[in-house]
Amino acid sequence: MSAMAEERRQKHCSVVLPTESMKAMAESVGVGQLQEDSCVALSEEVSYRIKEIAQDALKFMHHGKRRKLTTSDIDNALKLKNVEPLYGFQSQEFIPFRFASGGGRELHFYEEKEVDLSDIINTPLPRVPLDVSLKAHWLSIEGMQPAIPENPPPATKEQQKVESTEPLKVVKPGQEEEGTIQGKGQGTTTPDGKGQCLGLIRLKPRSTHELSVEQQLYYKEITEACVGSCEAKRAEALQSIATDPGLYQMLPRFSTFISEGVRVNVVQNNLALLIYLMRMVKALMDNPTLYLEKYLHELIPAVVTCIVSKQLCLRPDVDNHWALRDFAARLMAQSCKTFSTTTNNIQSRITKTFTKSWLDDKTQWTTRYGCIAGLAELGPDVIKTLIIPRLAIEGARIKAVMEGPVISNIDKIGAEHVQSLLLLSPKYPIPYHHLFI
Amino acid sequence: DTSLAKQKTDIKTEPSTDGFGNNNANDGRVLSASPGSGSSTGSNKQTAAVTPEDQQTLLAVLQFLKKNKLIESVEILRREAGLPENSLDPKATESAGAGSGGAAAVAEDQPDVRVVLSAYSQQGDPTLYEVYYSDLKKFIETVLDCHRAELSQVFYPLFVHMYLELVYNNHESEAKAFFEKFSGDQECYYEEDLRVLSGLTKKEHMRGNETLLDFRTSKFVLRISRDSYQLLKRHLQERQNNQIWNIIQEHLYIDIFDGMPRSKSQIDAMSGSLAGEAKREANKTKVYYGLLKEPEIELPLDDEDEEAENEEGKPKKKKPKKDSMGSKSKKQDPNAPSQNRIPLPELKDSDKLDKIMYMKEATKRIRLGSDNLPSVCFYTFLNAYQGLTAVDFTDDSSLIAGGFADSTVRVWSVTPKKLRKVKSAADLNLIDKESDDVLERIMDEKTASESKIMYGHSGPVYGISFSPDRNYLLSSSEDGTVRLWSLLTFTCLVAYKGHNYPVWDTQFSPYGYYFVSGGHDRVARLWATDHYQPLRIFSGHLADITCTRFHPNSNYVATGSSDRTIRVWDVLSGNCVRIFTGHKGPIHSLAFSPNGKFLASGATDGRVLLWDIGHGLMMGELKGHTDTIYSLRFSRDGEILASGSMDNTVRLWDVMKAFDDLETDDFTAATGHIHLQDNSQELLLGTYTTKSTPVIHLHFTRRNLLLAAGAFNP
Repeated sequence: MSAMAEERRQKHCSVVLPTESMKAMAESVGVGQLQEDSCVALSEEVSYRIKEIAQDALKFMHHGKRRKLTTSDIDNALKLKNVEPLYGFQSQEFIPFRFASGGGRELHFYEEKEVDLSDIINTPLPRVPLDVSLKAHWLSIEGMQPAIPENPPPATKEQQKVESTEPLKVVKPGQEEEGTIQGKGQGTTTPDGKGQCLGLIRLKPRSTHELSVEQQLYYKEITEACVGSCEAKRAEALQSIATDPGLYQMLPRFSTFISEGVRVNVVQNNLALLIYLMRMVKALMDNPTLYLEKYLHELIPAVVTCIVSKQLCLRPDVDNHWALRDFAARLMAQSCKTFSTTTNNIQSRITKTFTKSWLDDKTQWTTRYGCIAGLAELGPDVIKTLIIPRLAIEGARIKAVMEGPVISNIDKIGAEHVQSLLLLSPKYPIPYHHLFI
Repeated sequence: DTSLAKQKTDIKTEPSTDGFGNNNANDGRVLSASPGSGSSTGSNKQTAAVTPEDQQTLLAVLQFLKKNKLIESVEILRREAGLPENSLDPKATESAGAGSGGAAAVAEDQPDVRVVLSAYSQQGDPTLYEVYYSDLKKFIETVLDCHRAELSQVFYPLFVHMYLELVYNNHESEAKAFFEKFSGDQECYYEEDLRVLSGLTKKEHMRGNETLLDFRTSKFVLRISRDSYQLLKRHLQERQNNQIWNIIQEHLYIDIFDGMPRSKSQIDAMSGSLAGEAKREANKTKVYYGLLKEPEIELPLDDEDEEAENEEGKPKKKKPKKDSMGSKSKKQDPNAPSQNRIPLPELKDSDKLDKIMYMKEATKRIRLGSDNLPSVCFYTFLNAYQGLTAVDFTDDSSLIAGGFADSTVRVWSVTPKKLRKVKSAADLNLIDKESDDVLERIMDEKTASESKIMYGHSGPVYGISFSPDRNYLLSSSEDGTVRLWSLLTFTCLVAYKGHNYPVWDTQFSPYGYYFVSGGHDRVARLWATDHYQPLRIFSGHLADITCTRFHPNSNYVATGSSDRTIRVWDVLSGNCVRIFTGHKGPIHSLAFSPNGKFLASGATDGRVLLWDIGHGLMMGELKGHTDTIYSLRFSRDGEILASGSMDNTVRLWDVMKAFDDLETDDFTAATGHIHLQDNSQELLLGTYTTKSTPVIHLHFTRRNLLLAAGAFNP
């Protein structure tokens, strides 16, 4: 209490302009040698009047339905007092004062640049600002806020995070377990179950991810389009996944769809579908409103599968499964970048996995390629510490395959790709001679 | 300064001259009784608290008028105030606080500063002020708990008056010390006033400072139980603390009541205004809050209608009962004013058609409730560059008007029907005036567009209102005028001048023809569209009038103000009939419930308060918003209250539950000491956040769809 009072007293403490300002202003209008007494009297008077005008200006701000005070508010306040407004301060967005200090003096000044008139005349006209227009959207439909781009995302990332990390704290609208106020935020009314659960141990609420009929339809359409044959439709669907703010309720379904999809299609060696699924992962990661952390345990294995799986297509010698590996490796690197924390250690775990299988002599060339690609994407540090030291050994291995007797064409192709990958590994100068000793 | 003088005389002469002028001008169709004459007789009876100061101010005004050679006004004022030629009749002056009509308005408006401040000339030893104050503080801290809250109310007004006395008598350093020592003790809701006070450190500053004059001209009203009051009185007399006793006697109005002392929360609920609480008798006048009888209009069941219904694919089950609406309104509401208490314009054929449309729509209205929430359609103004200052919808929701900081007024059509102007006079001559579709033919198809811009104001447009018949639009602006625009020609018809200062709000009467405006000059004016001078002047607020609203029966007007009070005015007499206190910040929105019984108000403090107009009681408090509430609207059947705020949310409240839950008995009704429950969270039915768009207007369509509007502020 006393602290609060103290703070407030600070606030009310009447601030008065320094007398030096008075002197400076007097000099600027040609009055030299202002007496100290007059300065004090003037500064008190001026400070009081400035405060008065500021108070009136606030009124105009409130009636203008703004949070920012503008120069026009000050002008209007001056007009109220029958004072001529200050012309020339027409900035809408900011007050153009600059601060400077030096020689123990501090100064706020209005920067007026000298402008050559011919420059103004010769510069092309700026674009005309857009005219006011009116746009209607549904803020709420029968109490529920639709998840459309015009509305803020239904659950912010923060909320989604709280929900996944501390499920006890969160009550989903419409769930009875804790039928209290929080749920009403979304406009659903809850039966009054408050009395019953008082005193009971709080149980983790059942996570029922019920989807509305519309959401189910949407899910069906989107997943079909994503793995369907029409490329235009797929682009649209991916665009929707990447931008729609209201997907968080469907996220568990998408996650399962992707992980199951990868599992099945790896077995069937269906390269096209795997690529489509990886593009879905990319779209999900691009959506700024989704809190993906909760679903990494399903998504990361799927992605890693697409990087290192022995076989991803029916005809490994012809099909370009390398592109999929590259793409998935980039995805992996991206998710390491965004999701890796000291607690989940994604990056180090992934790095270990890649290194381990790369070091294994029995590892197939395809997997070998994936491991290197995955590591290479993780950044210069990883390349420096893990790839470069092994270049000599790897070079020898490639040489053995390339120059030795042709046992298997597939091996040869794999070795070729590994070689070009190591050569290509961009930006980081890899000493070539390692590969060709 | 001349403009100020002009303004003063302007206000003073108007109530007298226009009253008579109107009589002649229009055969009793308009309000005709002079507001002053009606009230002066009545108010003589209620001059319980006549003080020498009121007389002083009145005399000062008379002197001022005489000095400026306004003999006629002097005569009128003297007659209205009942002052004889040259003597002081103590009975004749009016109590200023209750705002009793025209004459009081004159007396209050701009009292001569010297006269007003002279009361501070008597003074004690400046060094002892701190001692007096802390002595009282110590005393109040030691009294019984039940009295402490009540007695603590005197701290703030005492603090202010003691500080001002010190400043007035040039004890600058003592004043500063006094302020620093005790300003921290004051209730947080006086923060803003304290800020104003803190800047005021010299006698010269007091001149022309409105806040100051308010403290002085209007006595700060406190409600204290008899027991607590006795305690205080005894203490002060024992201690011979005359300084404080004098201030209490002179500057405070203590409204003593018998019964239980109020609790801290009860007091906090009602305090916060610039001049304390409302006196109890200020809210005793009978208010006819009932609705007027609807004119009986037969609902024609033409084929067209049925076709339309079938087109929509809905089989017509029930035929709308012909007199379902009529029968309800046949019974005269006992609380309703007589039908012609305020002369209302006669219904035109087009109005009748509109009424029929209204009734048809009403049959399709969705019944709202806590389990049946309305849908919200949001109209976002894009590229407004922080310039949108006011919005209004027509009652049938077909048009939107926006007022902008760049002085323009824009109208949009939100239906496929485009906005068209009437043809030029030359072209109109060519039209066959007998044809059935003459109203269609007069429109110029070439001018059809979705929106129209109207230029005329020379400052930001702060208030905007459509006429009920959709033919006119009103706008009020910083330039001091209210303009009437035609929506047939999209030109300005009249500029109503009178306010001279920014006009913050204006609204058409629900029956058209009349409108109300209020602004920085602290005066609300009632106008008729065909008169260039106001018919009534509602004066009594102590600071800017920030919002104005007509009662659904058009007999009353509510105004909200920066002095943190709401006043309800009788259009017939011009008297203030209700004063509601309790807000802790300037009031920016008001809404009457459709049945006319309740009023909701929203302020910068983010709270919505609900009021019972008939009993003059606070009914509830809705907490949840975190910023200024710029818009409030009841659903068409009054079940749900929607509020829109600067905090980018629209919230829906279960007001029926709020009214039902409130426990009132005879005692609370008589004293106004209600126990407010803190149940805002239970009453909140929904919160809908926009993407960075403050909600500045709300409107329920005739079918109970909620429309909201605001400008996107990236």
